[in-house]
Amino acid sequence: MVPFEQVVREHGPHVLRVCRAVVGPDAADDVWSEAFLSALRAYPSLPEGSDVRAWLVTIARRRGVDALRARARRAVPVADLPERGVLDDLPELDLYAALAALPPKQRACVAHHHLAGLPHAEVAALVGGSPEAARRAAADGVAALRRSLL
Amino acid sequence: MTTAETVPDHLHARLVRDAEAQGLLDVAYRTLDSPYGPLLLAATPRGLVRVAFAAEGHDRVLADLAARLSPRVLAAPGRLDAAARELDEYLAGRRRAFDLPLDLALARGAFRREVLDRLPAIAYGTTRTYAEVARDAGRPAAVRAVGTACATNPLPLVVPCHRVVRTGGGLGDYLGGTGAKRALLAMESA
Repeated sequence: MVPFEQVVREHGPHVLRVCRAVVGPDAADDVWSEAFLSALRAYPSLPEGSDVRAWLVTIARRRGVDALRARARRAVPVADLPERGVLDDLPELDLYAALAALPPKQRACVAHHHLAGLPHAEVAALVGGSPEAARRAAADGVAALRRSLL
Repeated sequence: MTTAETVPDHLHARLVRDAEAQGLLDVAYRTLDSPYGPLLLAATPRGLVRVAFAAEGHDRVLADLAARLSPRVLAAPGRLDAAARELDEYLAGRRRAFDLPLDLALARGAFRREVLDRLPAIAYGTTRTYAEVARDAGRPAAVRAVGTACATNPLPLVVPCHRVVRTGGGLGDYLGGTGAKRALLAMESA
């Protein structure tokens, strides 16, 4: 089992990208921190040969959903949308706002496949349903993003 | 996807802080520059558990710590502040003894452990031979085992295996290289 520091180095940036996509840049730090602390706790009992990245993404996603639920419960109306998120490779687009406007399943599939780079089969394992449904949701999501951004 | 990304420092620091607060930081480590190359320092909650010269391969040492102690290993310099300070002072010739909690969990076998426990009694600036240490430990025939205990010392410098030399004046091997052993003994006897 590799030292957890190596897990943080190899997968931390990727998981942070997933967190940003799921909950937006402001809450992403909290979600990432909670996810990696949970992962550190459970790490010694992770079976050998596990897909560590998929495991981390699952934990982060669960934490992200918790955060979104908590936010919905608070339901504090805000006058302005948060500052535009900075995504290095798409600096001109208000991507987070557009992502946030997608239906949850499309948002999750776009985030896991296009931002986090997981294959559709793994995305399906995370969000439920078949790989084909995940592929379709990601494609529909991207089409909707294209309509709203371009 | 770029691959050169790193986790932001503030997130790494927060993970270390949270891990420490929840008792999940089983092994903390950092590196320290020294006249003998970079040293790896690692500590459990009980104390300093490992000092490694670059020749041992720091990545290999970390993998060994993960396998033998716990995979909950993080780069967390805070826990090693005191050890780094005392080693700095020692290597600069300004400290003659260490005052640190030590964790000898990595010492294998009762006799090797016994040898390591005795080494700090060899005073700064003096040496003992492998044979003398064997005799002190009550097993005069175990000269070779004393050599092995020194060669596998998980805490070189702090547990002064460099003060154990061959009968007849030979230096004997050293984890940090014979040059380092000679330089340490010269520094201590200056």
